[in-house]
Amino acid sequence: MPAKMKQENNQATEKGTRISGAEALMRSLEHEGVDVLFGYPGGAIMPTYDALYDHRDKLHHILVRHEQGAVHAAQGYARVSGRVGCAIVTSGPGAMNTITGVADAMIDSTPVVVICGQVSTAMLGTDAFQEVDVIGVTQPISKWAYQIRRAEDVAWAVSRAFFIARSGRPGPVVLDFARDAQTGMVDYKPAQVDFIRSYRPVPTPSDDIIRMTAQMVNLSLRPLVLVGQGVELGNAREELRHFIEKAQMPAACTLLGLSALPSDHPLNMGMLGMHGNLAPNVMTNQCDVLIAVGMRFDDRVTGNLKTYAPQAHIVHFDIDPSEIDKNVRTTLAVVGDCKETLRRVTELIDEARHDEWIAGFEPYKDKERARVIEPAIHPTEGPLLMGEVVRAVSEASEHRAVLVTDVGQNQMFGCRYFQYSEPRSVVTSGGCGTMGFGLPAAIGATFGAPERTVCLFVGDGGLQMTIQELGTIMEQKAPVKIILLNNNYLGNVRQWQYMFFHKRYSFTPMLNPDYEQIASAYGIPSRTVIERADLDDAIREMLTTDGPYLLQCAVKEEDNVLPMTPPGGSVDEMLLEVE
Amino acid sequence: MTIQNQTTLYTMIIYSENFAGILNQITAVFTRRQVNIESLNVCASSTPGVHKYTITCYCTEEMAIMLTKQIEKKIDVLQAHYFTDEDIFTMEACLLKLSTQGIMENPAVGHIVRQHGARIVEVNPTYSIVEMKGNTDNILSLFQKLDEMKVVLQFVRSGRIAVTKLRVELLDKYLAERELEQ
Repeated sequence: MPAKMKQENNQATEKGTRISGAEALMRSLEHEGVDVLFGYPGGAIMPTYDALYDHRDKLHHILVRHEQGAVHAAQGYARVSGRVGCAIVTSGPGAMNTITGVADAMIDSTPVVVICGQVSTAMLGTDAFQEVDVIGVTQPISKWAYQIRRAEDVAWAVSRAFFIARSGRPGPVVLDFARDAQTGMVDYKPAQVDFIRSYRPVPTPSDDIIRMTAQMVNLSLRPLVLVGQGVELGNAREELRHFIEKAQMPAACTLLGLSALPSDHPLNMGMLGMHGNLAPNVMTNQCDVLIAVGMRFDDRVTGNLKTYAPQAHIVHFDIDPSEIDKNVRTTLAVVGDCKETLRRVTELIDEARHDEWIAGFEPYKDKERARVIEPAIHPTEGPLLMGEVVRAVSEASEHRAVLVTDVGQNQMFGCRYFQYSEPRSVVTSGGCGTMGFGLPAAIGATFGAPERTVCLFVGDGGLQMTIQELGTIMEQKAPVKIILLNNNYLGNVRQWQYMFFHKRYSFTPMLNPDYEQIASAYGIPSRTVIERADLDDAIREMLTTDGPYLLQCAVKEEDNVLPMTPPGGSVDEMLLEVE
Repeated sequence: MTIQNQTTLYTMIIYSENFAGILNQITAVFTRRQVNIESLNVCASSTPGVHKYTITCYCTEEMAIMLTKQIEKKIDVLQAHYFTDEDIFTMEACLLKLSTQGIMENPAVGHIVRQHGARIVEVNPTYSIVEMKGNTDNILSLFQKLDEMKVVLQFVRSGRIAVTKLRVELLDKYLAERELEQ
């Protein structure tokens, strides 16, 4: 631990015992409450894996089949459990294979700690075998990246890493663990970092801001609340519900915030965004006060910023000050923990009714239901549709399963037509849009929420990006219910080619392998559904089968996700049909 | 200060813990937002263990706000603030290596050096060294005039250093608050 950081190690009172840095890492992880690790061994991390061998009863290590899978699995674990996910890999290529996951966790505010092996300190900077400047690479895409060069720093660095990863706006932390720091000896004392003087994870807004916010809510005739993942991360579901119910304010959720408000809540108007629901998107441009809670006005939500809610006062609740005025100019910023700020504002707002305003959503809901939703989830003829598969799985699991998606049409149909009743029920790569995220993230979710059913919707493109993780599923008997929506296309890109590139299908049709044979090779039971009449029975079989299952659905090849705000378009100009 | 394309010259004053790699993190924020750094000075501050970064760039105030927020978000950055020239006292320095023969042949060189308040700190038969402290415009004026006389062998200009005109020391206040919070 650097001398100047001594104030952070304020509870290191236990008498030390002399152990290796690798052993200190194991004890530090246990001290942080870690019991599941996703990893892959290699040269520079071998001393740590050797120490892990003696801790394998307490630290359940899941051997993934590629390091990218380790981070995505840690993300899936973190997203459903609310705990910090942990991945451990070797130096050089091992560390580089985690980069996509680290960037993904950063943009989606997911608390993970990635521990990478590194060459010995004497070899640093010499282009040694499997040496890569991991800190240089990961600093811009992580919340914190630190190189442990001495065994003495292990306890402090691990404690600091977990504190940073889980506090404030969560995010990924990378620890680059030099080999000689793993083998060096140290008088180990557990560390407890819970204060960093340069880091204020939870700002507190003034009473004036709270009062002004409440006043703005009270004066509003047409309020609309936008619910982001911050509500889930802040465990503020109840506070949000009280807030919107007290003043009867309609609300809509972002992709990552979908399970922050139950789907069947009467004030839930649906999903925001490019492929969200028509009513909340249109009404965004009709409300007088737009109240955003724990969301970041992503461009997929706002569409064209110039035409985004120009008529509205914007109130932004967020824990991260740098999100304020980043994309959308706010009238009032409530910077703090939304569990606390929502409670404080709710105390001051008046009970109110907005029946007429809420009734204004209905024509748009009816329009979308008739022209988009019903044809998508209850088709009567033609090939299977993604939407109907998603809704059927959701219903069969009584809307209580965890939804994991990959990226593309499977993601949009998945998030649109799945229904949510439990918190922390959506695991998807929102900001980064990482194809290949789904399968390893679903594995992680089964460890993070072992009591819940985990349903993964994945396309034939994304599945093949991390398909090797079927080996992890096989070995761990991870009960992932894989619903492969196979349309023999890279569907989302194909849709854009259809709509915006004159139907020139440049390298989006895809020749697929026999996925049932692949599943069989991994010992995973499977079934393929082609006919609509077989769907319910196949879903029942999947959900009642113990352990993993692959359900391949041969869906319409050229289906389109609708509605859609065209890129650069306004949120109130959604397309309900494709020309 | 000069306005370039509707932008203003802002001076960012940033304080961080003395950790390796923070400079990279700070400059990466400018790169990502496509803002060119005009000058950069890094040194230990008057507070032990705290480093001070003085960075100048042309941008809009909106961008200056975003940059400082993004920088302050870095875990080991204590504070980041932006200032216009009205808010701070600034200084830069430069060194010029001139041809002594050129100086001897053109008496106007000495006149220009004195006119700009610069001083000659070394003279030998081959070269002479001139140093100057001041603001950017004056330093560039000296260089341009001497360069026109073809006597400049080398020229180097420091980054801007600055102190605020505030009566409250922002860093001290922050550190005191944090100590109380701890």
